[in-house]
Amino acid sequence: MSAAPANAPSITARDVALELHGDRSRRHLAALAVRDLREGLTLWRLALTLGWLDIRLRYRGSLLGPFWLTLSTAVMIGALGLLYGALFHMDVRTYLPFLALSQVLWAFLGLLIADACACFTQSEVVIRSVRMPLFVHALRVLVRNLLVLAHNVVVIVAVDLIFAVSPGVMALLCLPGIALWLVDSLAICVLLGAVGARFRDIPPIVASITQIAFFITPVMWKPEQLGARVWVLPFNPFFDLLEIVRAPLLGEMPTATVWGAALGYSAVLLALSWWLFTRARGRVPFWI
Amino acid sequence: MRPNPRLDAENVSVFFPLYHGNSRSLKKTVFAVATGRLGRDAQQRPGVQALRDINFTLRSGDRLGLVGANGAGKTTLLRTLAGIYEPVMGRVTIEGSLNALLDPQLGMNPDLTGRENIMLRGLYNGLPRSVLPRLEEDVAEFAELGDFLDLPVRIYSSGMLVRLGFALATAIRPQILLMDEWFLAGDAAFMERARGRLEDMVRGAEILVLSSHMLAAVEEWCTRVLWMDQGRVRADGPRDAVLAAYRKSAATATVEVA
Repeated sequence: MSAAPANAPSITARDVALELHGDRSRRHLAALAVRDLREGLTLWRLALTLGWLDIRLRYRGSLLGPFWLTLSTAVMIGALGLLYGALFHMDVRTYLPFLALSQVLWAFLGLLIADACACFTQSEVVIRSVRMPLFVHALRVLVRNLLVLAHNVVVIVAVDLIFAVSPGVMALLCLPGIALWLVDSLAICVLLGAVGARFRDIPPIVASITQIAFFITPVMWKPEQLGARVWVLPFNPFFDLLEIVRAPLLGEMPTATVWGAALGYSAVLLALSWWLFTRARGRVPFWI
Repeated sequence: MRPNPRLDAENVSVFFPLYHGNSRSLKKTVFAVATGRLGRDAQQRPGVQALRDINFTLRSGDRLGLVGANGAGKTTLLRTLAGIYEPVMGRVTIEGSLNALLDPQLGMNPDLTGRENIMLRGLYNGLPRSVLPRLEEDVAEFAELGDFLDLPVRIYSSGMLVRLGFALATAIRPQILLMDEWFLAGDAAFMERARGRLEDMVRGAEILVLSSHMLAAVEEWCTRVLWMDQGRVRADGPRDAVLAAYRKSAATATVEVA
């Protein structure tokens, strides 16, 4: 190699060693998928930057910036709290803290699921112009939604302060729940992202399902309002996943049934997501 | 840096499934119908056979030019060599650092400032954080953006955009350089200044694959030419021989159309 001229930029590209072949054996596909995940994780800084820029650009030029999220959530919870508190004949002092927590946590799940469908299609240009692990795009969607959640958490804290309620030490038990949420979120991004890239009808279908899930899951209403029929709730995966984080933050211990069901549903989700990812990973650039 | 870069294609075939009735697919369909490549894969899904049985090996010092009509598969081949499209059949082996200049606007976000776009490009290319300030300095100097560096790219003039895109693309030096022809387009005044930088990069690269309609560029930079036709290799050999045959065929085709 000839010596680089003095005015040449001295930045060298990253080394690659790749062997891509048409072998569709399970072992080969799994190896490529593992490589994608590993390389995606090493690019965490890119994912963080992209997620952060997504939020910043969405609120560019607005006075409150991302705190519009906080404000609109606060207004909605205040209005819903008064309305449903009256409809359900519940004491606002206990109902509002419950609603604030439920609504903010649900909003995270709902928005993440909706966002996940566009996980790969929104990065079409990048995916088609440079080889990059697809997992980076899943991380980006997660980062973006965690930032939204962080702005909304302010509302929970404010409501708790106003009504002087505190979950106490029990709140720490939400941490394993949150850890499971992070893993599940990435699995949802990969799963729905791949399906959404292949079938463009997925986003509206997913939106309808999430809407129904919102009504059948105790977000606005409390589980005990079901009375004797409360045993049906653990069959709803959204309930179990919501409850492992919500219950500790309300100062309650999630039941073993709820945790068991949450782990079970997560295992199914992860298996499905892995199965699809190993098969769809190499095809996504052709689909978008 | 690896001592010996290599880029090999072995019986590479790429099949494009057609799923979405959007304009892009429609365009592909039109091309495919025109070139007789519309087909179905093993599972009877409609699609385009974009590449068929491509073979070559490239080692340090090789300079390959890709020529062929629109829709011959040149860009698809570049994307496959860059590892973006994975082949359904055959094998692509890439060893060494690689940079594919396929899309001048790669990852450029018009709402971000020039400086932020430079940082993003560095991250997209997996550069360590310690290198980013150097990248910024290099790009800013060449693109001559001055105070515009901290303003959104949206308000840049088209000249500034070209300069930024070009400076970014040529800032990171690979051993294997894959280049699409857009890169050689640009206004004359800018090209003069850009030329030196591009030449440095091309000379610095150990393996070059250049896809172009501009035969003069292929003549200048390549030593070997691959003539593609309907996704297949029509000819592969020394530059002058293949280009002569290609020119002759192109001339005949023009006469036929006329």
